Amino acid sequence: MKFLEEKIFKVIMIGAAVIIMVTLIFIIGTVFYKGLPSLTWDMITKIPGGGFYLGKEGGVLNAIAGSIYIIAGALLISMVISIPLVMYINFYLPNKSHFASLIRFSLDILFGVPSIVYGAFGFALMVYMGIKASLLGGIITVGMLIMPIMMRSLDEVTRLLSRDLPNALLSLGSTKFEMTKVLLRQLMPGLMTAVLLAVGRGIGDAATVLFTAGYTDNIPSSLSQPAATLPLSIFFQLGSPVEEVQSRAYASAVILTIIILILSFSARYFSSKFLKYKS
Amino acid sequence: MLGIAIFTILFLLVIGFSLFFKSLPIMKEKNLWELLTSTSWKPFKGDFGFLPYIISTLYVSLIAIIIALPFSILTSIYLNSYSSRSICRFFEPVVDLLSGIPPVIYGVWGTLTIVPLISNKIAPHFVDFSTGYTVLAGGIVLAIMIIPLLISIMLEVFRSIPREMTDASLSMGATKWQTIKKIILRKSFPGIIAAIVLALSRAFGETMAVLMVCGNIAQIPHSFFDACYPLPALIANNYGEMLSMPSYESALMLAAFILFTIVVLFNGLSRFTLNQIEKKYQFS
Repeated sequence: MKFLEEKIFKVIMIGAAVIIMVTLIFIIGTVFYKGLPSLTWDMITKIPGGGFYLGKEGGVLNAIAGSIYIIAGALLISMVISIPLVMYINFYLPNKSHFASLIRFSLDILFGVPSIVYGAFGFALMVYMGIKASLLGGIITVGMLIMPIMMRSLDEVTRLLSRDLPNALLSLGSTKFEMTKVLLRQLMPGLMTAVLLAVGRGIGDAATVLFTAGYTDNIPSSLSQPAATLPLSIFFQLGSPVEEVQSRAYASAVILTIIILILSFSARYFSSKFLKYKS
Repeated sequence: MLGIAIFTILFLLVIGFSLFFKSLPIMKEKNLWELLTSTSWKPFKGDFGFLPYIISTLYVSLIAIIIALPFSILTSIYLNSYSSRSICRFFEPVVDLLSGIPPVIYGVWGTLTIVPLISNKIAPHFVDFSTGYTVLAGGIVLAIMIIPLLISIMLEVFRSIPREMTDASLSMGATKWQTIKKIILRKSFPGIIAAIVLALSRAFGETMAVLMVCGNIAQIPHSFFDACYPLPALIANNYGEMLSMPSYESALMLAAFILFTIVVLFNGLSRFTLNQIEKKYQFS
């Protein structure tokens, strides 16, 4: 009897796992099936032409470029802040410091703050500083969104690092700063993973850039100009009643999905590479 | 570096306070309780009733949890106790990808598949007519989005249970399933609750995907097949018009503040519980 129950549950469990897997394939499959037919070379090499939103020629290069600019800027900001912080809580603070756990705790909570709240806060901040919806606004807001992700994942890999190397370095008379520089090199693959995770989250998020980056048909040429983003471009095109525009939304969705797939698999590659340094 | 560290801790307070100050004007104008319990939303007449939005948010998130929970618990038990190493390794990217897919893509997928499915297949059995843009559609899409979070946290919770405990149970002749029921699930109960609370707070804040499939009509939904209008969607949809009216902007900031407070509270509680669990079973 007890074995029968176990067998039944095992079947249900495998079923649940299979359903989850099938759903993932179904999601990606649907997007590709709908989007691939209208994915042309023009889509990724041209900015919207006249009458683009009525189904005429053009592409979404404005959104691709805007997304890349924003994520690059956001990444720069968040790296400049995250790396010193993670080095500080791991190598400068004592091993079981309450301060470090307080920082980790607040990072965990920041990680959970919804992107729309970052969007609203970013918007309030921009109004306060007198910045209009622009590339700069988008960069700051997305930077706030991805910072906790970067810090937390970089922190995770740093904690896995063996303690032998830092101890050896210190015993050879190097300063903590020199030690940190050496360890950073060893952390490179882990840093790459953190960066890719953060980029994946930041590039796909629409709610943060909705208020802060604006939208435009051109590629921004300065920080104060508005910038289009890929998720928003999908969203706006999908809202159009014109069928060609809608199918372009699906094609843009394919572009975004491909970007995410690449990011996700390279993150996996780098994290497996990191494992060889694990203690 | 110390400065950055202190700043990170204070950042949460900075967000909270600035949203709070931004929403002060509307709270001075009207009683907070009145704002939260009124159902009338007419910004141009100065009526800001948040109740439909709050109910919608709760409704959609609860459906999402109810759908997602059985799948995630069963899958994580399977991955933790039954599956071989290679299946585990095969499943990891699946969870990773599910959590990596952007909300907009979920939204696109939802409008392509779930919405017509509900409108054509499911709803006709229950109600006369439904557009498909419903509470249920939002719940289903959201459920898929929180499954990866639930699975990864539950796996962590299961793994924190000391090996000796399950070994003891197995060596007394209990089957694997009995061990799971009597030891693993019972021991990890607080962790599972924490995971649920965490997933719930993620569900509360999810914007784009839900916005695209749930209809966005400001009403209190009476059934699964009514349209609804969650708080994040309210903020996202109205940013353009709010600029002209200070009280409107303030009301939307209040919406953001409510969302922020609830999410931070939920997150704080569940992270605290999870940290406690991790500490309790750490022997190293």
